[in-house]
Amino acid sequence: MTTRFENLTFRFRGAPSAALDGVSGQIAAGRVTGLVGPDGAGKTTLIRLLDGLLLAESGRIEVCGLDPRRDSRRLRERVGYMPQRFGLYEDLTVIENLRLYADLRDLPTAERRATFDRLLGFTDLARFASRRAGALSGGMKQKLGLACALLRRPRLLLLDEPSVGVDPVSRRELWRMVGDLLDDGIAVLWSTAYLDEAERCDDVILLNAGRVLFVGPPATATREIAGRSIQVRHITGNRRDLLDKALRRPEVIDGVIQGDSVRLVLAEGVAAPDAADLGGGTKARVESVPPRFEDAFMARLGGVHKSALPARAAAAPTVGNTEAVVEARDLTKRFGQFTATDRVNFTIRSGEVFGLLGPNGAGKSTTFRMMCGLLRPTSGMARVAGRDLLEAPGAARRRIGYMAQKFSLYGDLSVRRNLDFFAGVYGLSGRRRRDAQAEMIETFELTPHLDRKAGDLPLGFKQRLALSCAVMHRPSVLFLDEPTSGVDPQTRREFWAHINARVAAGVTVMVTTHFMEEAEYCDRILLVHRGRAIAVGTPDDLKARARGADRPDPTLEDAFLDLVAAETAAAA
Amino acid sequence: MNAARWRRIGGLIRKESIQILRDPSSLLIAGVLPLVLLVLFGFGVSLDANRLPIGLALEDTGAQGQRLARVFAASRFFDVRVDHDRRHFEDDLAAGHLKGIVVVARGFEARLARGDPASVQVITDGTEANTARFVENYARGAWQVWRDQRAIDAGDARPVPVALEPRFWFNPELQSRNYLVPGSIAVIMTLIGTLLTALVVAREWERGTMEALLSTPVGTVDLLAGKLVPYFGLGMAAMAMATLLATQVFGVPLRGSVGWLIVATAVFLVAALAMGLLISTLARNQFQAAQIAVISAFLPAFLLSGFVFEIDAMPPVIQAITHIVPARYFVACLQTLFLVGDIPAVLLPNLAVLTGFAGGLVVLVGLKTRQRLEG
Amino acid sequence: MAGPLRALVIKELLAVWADKRSRMVLIVPPLIQLLVFSFAATQEVRNVHLGVLNQDLGKESRELVARFAASPTFTRIVPLRHVADMREAIESQAVLAALHVGPDFSRRLAAGHPASVQLVLDGRKSTAAQAVYGYARHILSGFAAERVPRSTGDDASSLVVRHWFNSNLDSLWFTVPGLLGILIMLVSLIVTALSVAREREMGTLDQLLVSPLGPGAILLGKALPALIIGVIEGTVILLAAVVVFGVPFTGSLALLYAAMTVYIAAVVGVGLFLSSLSATQQQAILGAFVFMVPAILLSGFAAPVENMPDWLQTLSLADPLRHFLRIIHGVFLKDMPAATVLEFAWPMAVIALVTLGASTWLFRSRF
Repeated sequence: MTTRFENLTFRFRGAPSAALDGVSGQIAAGRVTGLVGPDGAGKTTLIRLLDGLLLAESGRIEVCGLDPRRDSRRLRERVGYMPQRFGLYEDLTVIENLRLYADLRDLPTAERRATFDRLLGFTDLARFASRRAGALSGGMKQKLGLACALLRRPRLLLLDEPSVGVDPVSRRELWRMVGDLLDDGIAVLWSTAYLDEAERCDDVILLNAGRVLFVGPPATATREIAGRSIQVRHITGNRRDLLDKALRRPEVIDGVIQGDSVRLVLAEGVAAPDAADLGGGTKARVESVPPRFEDAFMARLGGVHKSALPARAAAAPTVGNTEAVVEARDLTKRFGQFTATDRVNFTIRSGEVFGLLGPNGAGKSTTFRMMCGLLRPTSGMARVAGRDLLEAPGAARRRIGYMAQKFSLYGDLSVRRNLDFFAGVYGLSGRRRRDAQAEMIETFELTPHLDRKAGDLPLGFKQRLALSCAVMHRPSVLFLDEPTSGVDPQTRREFWAHINARVAAGVTVMVTTHFMEEAEYCDRILLVHRGRAIAVGTPDDLKARARGADRPDPTLEDAFLDLVAAETAAAA
Repeated sequence: MNAARWRRIGGLIRKESIQILRDPSSLLIAGVLPLVLLVLFGFGVSLDANRLPIGLALEDTGAQGQRLARVFAASRFFDVRVDHDRRHFEDDLAAGHLKGIVVVARGFEARLARGDPASVQVITDGTEANTARFVENYARGAWQVWRDQRAIDAGDARPVPVALEPRFWFNPELQSRNYLVPGSIAVIMTLIGTLLTALVVAREWERGTMEALLSTPVGTVDLLAGKLVPYFGLGMAAMAMATLLATQVFGVPLRGSVGWLIVATAVFLVAALAMGLLISTLARNQFQAAQIAVISAFLPAFLLSGFVFEIDAMPPVIQAITHIVPARYFVACLQTLFLVGDIPAVLLPNLAVLTGFAGGLVVLVGLKTRQRLEG
Repeated sequence: MAGPLRALVIKELLAVWADKRSRMVLIVPPLIQLLVFSFAATQEVRNVHLGVLNQDLGKESRELVARFAASPTFTRIVPLRHVADMREAIESQAVLAALHVGPDFSRRLAAGHPASVQLVLDGRKSTAAQAVYGYARHILSGFAAERVPRSTGDDASSLVVRHWFNSNLDSLWFTVPGLLGILIMLVSLIVTALSVAREREMGTLDQLLVSPLGPGAILLGKALPALIIGVIEGTVILLAAVVVFGVPFTGSLALLYAAMTVYIAAVVGVGLFLSSLSATQQQAILGAFVFMVPAILLSGFAAPVENMPDWLQTLSLADPLRHFLRIIHGVFLKDMPAATVLEFAWPMAVIALVTLGASTWLFRSRF
């Protein structure tokens, strides 16, 4: 019952280059194989080839011992597939969805009761059996999608980006469930853009632009870069400046902020830079840390695009500025009986990066929308620069920039037209407009793409364009709603380099995210759960709360899960 | 067919039925729109000109003019306003408040008495040609009555030498409702069969559920049956509702047999459903599906089926186009079944063509339906 | 126009033009509809097949049938032999009408007795049947007048009919301007109904809402492009009506454009209302559809408004197309004076104010 493929090539009709170009690999039973790569690398195409939904142009493919071209019917009996967006019927209830897929997969009537009970128990959905799929949270949809794919105990389970838009709690549960399946000898293919997930896989197929960059256990890849990962700790200066400085040095190929520290990956065969040279202050120390798969991934892709690093403005006068720029006081929103946000309080100081975290449905996005004036609070107040944006005149709203999830651009318009539009909407005209646009085009290197439709841009450029449209009018506060959801690490680093440059120029940032790597970039984090603020503090503060004898160095995800679990237990 | 296949089809049908019941848009297309159409055609849209507003300008005050005025006033076709000057009516004619002016010019009585040519002038609003013709015809009728009365008065009591006795068969009260309501049923069936079906399949592609379906062991036949059967049922239910409304509320007779009505509807519905499924194989999203369905099915069913507008009066090119509009054949069947009866000479040829359409479209859909995603 | 608003209007126009789908909607269907439906939407009676059951052997009946055959309305005369044939010919729609001349027709006429002929008409097509009856009566009265001269001496009296504004009763002169109104509605309604819904679906609406533009400005920025597109579309069809279809244009162009602007504003108001109401483009399309079908049926395009029952006539006052049709036919064919145009324009202005106001309110209340 092996699944292997050799030299697979596939090209979409009319596409200039192949979506998959000579891809080989195998998926072993009883193991999780991670399919990793940036957006557009060909992950979904490969999964569709394996399920026989697309036919390869050339190459050999064998799925569970069958040929997808000839045996598609029998193959589909052996393969469980969970597409992106989970393939659920939103008008149908949980149990009706299960029944439908049981009919389609010909689950014998006698086994149904037991199978449904097992899967509902397994996914913890029994309480919601009669709820419509459309009314489930993202995490619950994901579990139901998995249950539907598992009805006939498949030999091969294909999961296409199951964790996009899903909170850490649900992600961890999904891993637990998949882990249970492996004991039955199922082969699992898990596609993801998140490298912390890839690291937990038994094997990894790393794709980039339709080609395989790496195949094997993730540990093999990390071993290759052993000794090249370092962390700069006890920084007294500004860690964002330190990261910027480090990335500009030839010996550093990659770097991210981790709470109060900065993590760097060195080029091959160079010595670690001195912490003081990087501007970390006298107490700063460089420590070697174990490499992660993400480090290996970045190293394989050639590290951060150094040319994409934005020029930094002269240091802004942020020192000693503690003025509250964004303020929520007893902020509450009720939808009928349901309280989405319940008396939330916080303040964001000028030049601060403030993160809003929480499980799906915790009220994160309701709170966020009230802050930027998209939703009217039921009671309490949301103020930006001392004003309620909902009531404020246009001039007050000119001070904020907003970047929505999924880079809300006008996809049919060219890059230039998008810039023109946002310049016009924010009242830039004449020379100010020309200067602002020229600056954006230069900073974000948009020149070669100016006349392309925004919808046709590669993901990284879409994101750059969305950001440039949000900051062109030089707002003093920037609202970012899950800005890097589903984005690969390379693009995410570029994005944050730009944000950090803005922050250095004095901009205040409020960001929501599901993604812990991203939360590490924040100065402070507010954790919301069931509509209420349950914790606020720096990333390291929150991590410290999760520290214990069994876990001396907890991750932010550990902290998140602990805090949510404690709160849930307290409520029960 | 084995048990597994039956089970798959059953599952798909159950799923689709639940969706129909829970989705407001199918309720809108299959429930609200048909009701609106039936009510509009049953009560509102009427091609029967009764009580046409006209102005009667009696510029001559003689007795003959008065007599003519009485004849016009007594006609059930006219709503007469009388004045002494035609110019008072001209603005209203231009504004469309009056459909015609009858002028009895000054000196009419005197000329009649002298035996000089004396004419009654009828001016119609030619904008709406159809209404203008009605005004002309009814005015001629009224004028004829007036002449006959004068002849009797003059002692010449000989009746009209040649009389024309009209017999309007099937619809003696001449109510356009009697053929518009059955005709509108064809439009309703097109809405449900083609527009709704095209939308729901496009929605499955858009929401990614089709990909999930295709990854299970379903075959083309299962997919098609899973869509056809529930919407066929919905269409037949709408047909039953429409027929009940037509006969019970709007008083349209049903002279043919229910059996034939069911057969004709069933055949047409299969053709309409197959058309909807065919559209959904071409359209990538609901917007396109709706566009194509409206242009290729709904508007032709409305305008080219002979249900409101006369096919015989259209230019030859457009008459030729009507031959590829399935609704045309269904409208012919419906009007005959409701107003005349089971007339094989009408039903059989029309049903034969419809069956051809239905079969051809179903085969085409079977060939076109994708078992895989497109490369 | 203020900078932000102008940016929005330009963006909107570009977006409509750049999107292949919406460009299609603007160009292809209106042209096809104009061409096909101008000719199809006719209730004239032409090409009528007439069955003749002549049981009389005399020359009078042959003369009568010859007159029918000579009429341009009856393009085909189908001879019938028995009464049963007549029934079958009508039932099977082989003929629309059948003329039945009895066996003693010529004899009675010769003897100076009144004679009668029967005309059986297919009531399935009552409009056509009535028109055919009118023609037949006309032919017959001519026939009768020649046979029996009246003695009362009023032969001099006659009925003279003049069709004003459209002397040849060309139905294209009615349908083409009517389609102008319908197609403008179709285009501007769809453009506006989709615009807000599309931005909501794509997530760009939030981007607009956080910008300095207020909700009112956003709606204005949606309404103006639709108005511009509607006027352009109207101009193209207007040209086609005059140049291609040869419909005479007698009135004032300025009045027409003024009225068209008010009309489109009313339609755009409805479109924005639907758009603010719907969460998705699909709902917006269906909403537009549910509005448009009754709007066309109640407008007087398919059947005169006067034929409707009073309550529906009252309801149809809320239909902007009803008022605009009066104006467009008036300005095209009747050189309608400004006062009369105003009489039909103010109800459209009321509709525009109500719908635009309601959509602004709805749009604000959805926060």
